[in-house]
Amino acid sequence: MLEIKNLHAQLEEEDKQILKGVDLTVEAGKVHAIMGPNGSGKSTLSYVLSGRDGYEVTEGSATLAGDDILDMEPEERAAAGLFLAFQYPVEIPGVGNMTFLRTAVNAQRKARGEEEMSASDFLKVIREKAKSLKIDADMLKRPVNVGFSGGEKKRNEILQMAMLEPKMCILDETDSGLDVDAMKLVAEGVNALRSEGRGFLVITHYQRLLDHIKPDVVHIMADGKIVKSGGPELALEVENNGYAGLLEEVA
Amino acid sequence: MALPQTKVDATEARLSGMEQPQGGWTALARGQALARVREMGLPARRDEYWKYTRPDTLVSAEAPSAALFDAQETPVFGEIDRLKIVFVDGIFDAEASDDLTLEGVTIERLADVAHADIHWALDLYGTLEANGQDPVQRPLAALNTAFATDGVLIHATGKAAKPISLIYRHASETSDVILHHVIKVDAGAEVTVLENGPAAARFNKCMEIDIADGGTFHHVRAQGRDHERRAATHTFARLGRESVLKSFTLTANGVMTRNETVIELTGDDAVAHVAGASLGDGDFHHDTTVFITHDAVNCESRQVFKKVLRNGATGVFQGKILVKPDAQKTDGYQISQSLLLDGDSQFLVKPELEIYADDVACSHGSTSGAIDEEALFYLRSRGVPTGEATDLLTLAFLAEAVDEIEDEALAEEILDRIGSWLLRRRAD
Ligand SMILES: Nc1ncnc2c1ncn2[C@@H]1O[C@H](COP(=O)(O)OP(=O)(O)O)[C@@H](O)[C@H]1O
Ligand SMILES: [Mg+2]
Repeated sequence: MLEIKNLHAQLEEEDKQILKGVDLTVEAGKVHAIMGPNGSGKSTLSYVLSGRDGYEVTEGSATLAGDDILDMEPEERAAAGLFLAFQYPVEIPGVGNMTFLRTAVNAQRKARGEEEMSASDFLKVIREKAKSLKIDADMLKRPVNVGFSGGEKKRNEILQMAMLEPKMCILDETDSGLDVDAMKLVAEGVNALRSEGRGFLVITHYQRLLDHIKPDVVHIMADGKIVKSGGPELALEVENNGYAGLLEEVA
Repeated sequence: MALPQTKVDATEARLSGMEQPQGGWTALARGQALARVREMGLPARRDEYWKYTRPDTLVSAEAPSAALFDAQETPVFGEIDRLKIVFVDGIFDAEASDDLTLEGVTIERLADVAHADIHWALDLYGTLEANGQDPVQRPLAALNTAFATDGVLIHATGKAAKPISLIYRHASETSDVILHHVIKVDAGAEVTVLENGPAAARFNKCMEIDIADGGTFHHVRAQGRDHERRAATHTFARLGRESVLKSFTLTANGVMTRNETVIELTGDDAVAHVAGASLGDGDFHHDTTVFITHDAVNCESRQVFKKVLRNGATGVFQGKILVKPDAQKTDGYQISQSLLLDGDSQFLVKPELEIYADDVACSHGSTSGAIDEEALFYLRSRGVPTGEATDLLTLAFLAEAVDEIEDEALAEEILDRIGSWLLRRRAD
């Protein structure tokens, strides 16, 4: 589904290399996790894949279902099926959450040449999905993420993901700042979306999210590269020994 | 202090070609207004109050001509059930207008009744304008009182059955028009006045509004977007106890607009909200000048102005809150913000607070900024194309001002208008 080859990226503003040759393939139907110490480049990878300004790809490639995404605009990547749940969801005062979601859903449908969703259909679907994420009507009406708690913001990311039905979901530290109950809700939301045609890349700092979202493959990222890959047991190793031991071993 | 000779000359040059309507109940007010014009002189470039806006084309003897503009859009307020009063280049168009009878109000035309000896508007015509000359001079308003050829006189005695809609059409490239309206809202009465259209090549409009205790006045206007039109407007309002005034103005393009609003809160517990959204794409100049005087206890005033500017547009905001010594418990709020869609545009502001009472809550703020890149990326990452995302953020920026329109259907009309303006300029 997502194929990243030898991806190098640096900051546009300064000559600082952050991604130093990332190789990673997430197959449809699979959940891959990336773990790694702070500053290893996990968020940068998610931003480069989703097309945020400020990074320059100097080498390598990334394809989604066979299509090169690095030349696409962020909105084209989204329409092609890529979704990033932000580590820090953005607040947008003045734009209602519901308006935002409907605009997004219909913009993607339009880009794919599909029919727009009617207001009543949209309402029906969103109510149902919001309910399972314990997002109340008030949160849907309020401006996007404004005044939301940390947990509400993350649940709102998952709601967007559920509404947009992407092919490839990247979750950047969706567990950070969540209490156990909120994390369970988020994990249930993600698990409900797991399907044969969809790939997941779950970026996390801690192992605990992976108790709830069982990964097929775990990668360790350090200094802009994937340094080790393995099964779910790799996450437990990190949990027990920390990154230090692991990184020494591969050095 | 004697006026500088250049100012005297410029003023006389303007006055020389003008003719004052003679006789009737307005004669005294017109005579006094003319004397005020001569005493003050018309605005000149070096006047402090005109620091950010060049007055020359507003005071010149001849109005600069203005090409007509085919807006190719359905006129605003089309969905609103309203009483229409149409002026074409300042001339009343009976054919296009509705019958001037409406439950809850009496409506007359100034030109129709000016010859009478006596009229209810006698105490008001030119009076609020004259009061509003202190502490800041507004000579164009005095010029208006002296020379206005027509206008409407609205007396609300109850709740008006529907909004009164003043429609200003522009048909001649050289029209130079002066209209003066007087609105009297009786105790507990309520009326809504709508205004729209480019009006003329050059338009000088004055509206005096006197709201008695417990009266309510709503005002929503959409200034026409003929690119070359010019307008200087004045709104003078006096508010009695527990009365309410809410005024919203949408200004889209137009080479020169100066809107002055002068409000005096004279009765306790009165509420005045003035708001505006301004859209400038090109060499357009939108000046919002507001002066609110709190002269009673526990009154609330809000000023909310938002300007979206690009391609060389200039936005100006001069807003003042004056709180007199006895105006305790004043709640005054003022915000002026611009969204600069490119580096060519500018926003010039002069917010002022002058407070002589000690128990008041007044705040003001002004910002100028570009589109929030973080928010833009967030929207795009969800599949919303750049142009649509920019529009969404622009509407969000304007929301606080548009929200000041109380009536939902009227707010919808204004939002439609803003939406179509944005759509014509869609960046993608
Ligand atoms: N826009 C930026 N400006 C400066 N430094 C950046 C920027 N983006 C990322 N970095 C740097 O790149 C490195 C990787 O950051 P990040 O991708 O956020 O790591 P992680 O998500 O793994 O914690 C860090 O050293 C960080 O400071
Ligand atoms: Mg990170």
